[in-house]
Amino acid sequence: MTLSRSARWLLRGAMALGLAFIYLPLTIVLLNSFNADRTFAWPPPRWTTGWWARAWENAGAREALWTSVQAGLGATAIALLLGTLVAFAVQRYRFFGRQAVSLLVVLPIALPGIVTGIALDTAFRSVLAPLGIGKGLFSVIVGHATFCVVVVYNNVLARLRRSGGNLQEASADLGADGWQTFRYVTFPVLRSALLAGGLLAFGLSFDEIIVTTFTAGPGVQTLPIWIFSNLFRPNQAPVINVVAAVLIVASVVPIYLAQRLSDTASGGRL
Amino acid sequence: MSVGPATPAVTLRGLRKSFGTVEAVAGVDLEIADGEFFSMLGPSGSGKTTVLRLIAGFEPPTAGTVLLGGRDVTRLAPFERDVNTVFQDYALFPHMTVRQNVEYGLRVRKVSRDERRDRAAEALRSVRLDGLADRRPAALSGGQRQRVALARALVIRPKVLLLDEPLGALDLKLREQMQVELKALQREVGITFVFVTHDQEEALTMSDRVAVFEHGRIAQVGTPAEVYERPATPFVAGFVGTSNLLGGDAARTVLGREGTFSIRPEKIRLVGPPTAPGRGAASDAPELELSNPTAEETSAAGRVAEVVYAGATTRFVVDLDAGARLVVIQQNLTTSSAEVAALRGTRVRLTWRTEHAVAVPVPAVPTPLVKESAHAYR
Repeated sequence: MTLSRSARWLLRGAMALGLAFIYLPLTIVLLNSFNADRTFAWPPPRWTTGWWARAWENAGAREALWTSVQAGLGATAIALLLGTLVAFAVQRYRFFGRQAVSLLVVLPIALPGIVTGIALDTAFRSVLAPLGIGKGLFSVIVGHATFCVVVVYNNVLARLRRSGGNLQEASADLGADGWQTFRYVTFPVLRSALLAGGLLAFGLSFDEIIVTTFTAGPGVQTLPIWIFSNLFRPNQAPVINVVAAVLIVASVVPIYLAQRLSDTASGGRL
Repeated sequence: MSVGPATPAVTLRGLRKSFGTVEAVAGVDLEIADGEFFSMLGPSGSGKTTVLRLIAGFEPPTAGTVLLGGRDVTRLAPFERDVNTVFQDYALFPHMTVRQNVEYGLRVRKVSRDERRDRAAEALRSVRLDGLADRRPAALSGGQRQRVALARALVIRPKVLLLDEPLGALDLKLREQMQVELKALQREVGITFVFVTHDQEEALTMSDRVAVFEHGRIAQVGTPAEVYERPATPFVAGFVGTSNLLGGDAARTVLGREGTFSIRPEKIRLVGPPTAPGRGAASDAPELELSNPTAEETSAAGRVAEVVYAGATTRFVVDLDAGARLVVIQQNLTTSSAEVAALRGTRVRLTWRTEHAVAVPVPAVPTPLVKESAHAYR
């Protein structure tokens, strides 16, 4: 469709404004992590890397980072396994309740985090704790996995649909047994979709705060939770800026890679 | 295993396959000779593709047996059968190059790297694709993908090659070209081809024998000439070529015989009124005398309801006075498009050699002449 000259400029302006609204504050956080002034005077009077050194030496932040990485890897592993299995079941077989399963798997990403959080909190405290599975890092991993499964499922399903159902048949027809078909055809075809889904899942888990609040056991603090609890302590503010800057970079990279790898950018709260 | 020359390449006995309540294959018995180009022709949902999948081993039959070269393979997995398939959508591996695709069957058989390379190159040469070995399937045209799929299946030198509507996705020109090439390739390699198609012309031009499928059963098996000239049922007459059926009162009046008869449209000559081409201005009207069924030729009078000009030929739809509608196809040897168009609505006489009205046995349970609606049969 051809737009008039003025409409084109108007739309360009609107887009620039929208992007600026999202990304300028992030840029300010990045710049402020080098701002020598403790109260973030603007423009910065001097530049320093001192906050980065202080943040690195902050034991609480480092421990929280490690916890976040563990939670992210754990949730991603569960999501990869379950998401792939469900995608195969839904794509390959026609069974009673197939549409329902598909909906139920996708639903958690749309559910408000607070609802998931409360539900999981109740489940862990009143049902699972008596069985010896109390709240801790494991409960955080399971909580994150509930919505991480979705992105893996969507990515794998999109790839399976696009690559057609009979690649496996073609492979078997040409003489490959089940293991050879998996090794030479099924897995290579899925590889980049799995990577994309995994990166997205990790990104989702890494910055999750609501579900984490409800599912973390005592003493388990992920990086977002650590930021949140230190946010209102004035002398921690510069360190938080640094951590926030790290989080921005740590989120951009996997999302960028995942976008390049996946067929369809799976929607949801990224 | 030693196999005598008389052992059929493929034998199907009492083959049945149901999907839920739908019986896709309802009892098929068939023998396909070694080295034969055999077509399975039928409308979508007639069970032909399911039979192919049963031969390949992708589905277990509900009942019956599949024999390949005399060996019962009914319970064997696809990779244990000496057949290969060219899929309708080719099913090329998207993450492999053309060469890797073609080498695949050899690779999983643990053939040495050098031999693999040589045989793949040879197979690619035979389908005239040697220059594209390092491309990915996504970078190929439809016709080229088709050839890769062929090379990939042929490189293993199967006893039988199954082709599931392999030309369906190609445009007309390419399809006609591939028909010729496929036939030539089959002669060259001497492998039994089992070719599934819904295109009657394709089946007639390429095959040694054709099986016409209807509702999961074989309605007729024979050479293209047999199936075309002596259709065994009204369904076959209608599906293979244009159906011109005369039955009941019309058959009694025009042919003077009881039963249902098929007359192919190109066998009928159409004689128009005096002003029409090929006629002098001598008489006022065509002689519309009743036909004489004992004579060498039979004729009937009627009125032209429709004229469709198709370049080399013209298609006339004629309503007979005797109460039947016949399609006539005439070559435009000397007539122009304006002359044939002028015949619309005029009275004409149709003439054919009496022997060309072929009796078609009507099955005890009459089947509808319309093509059945496509239903899920996979």
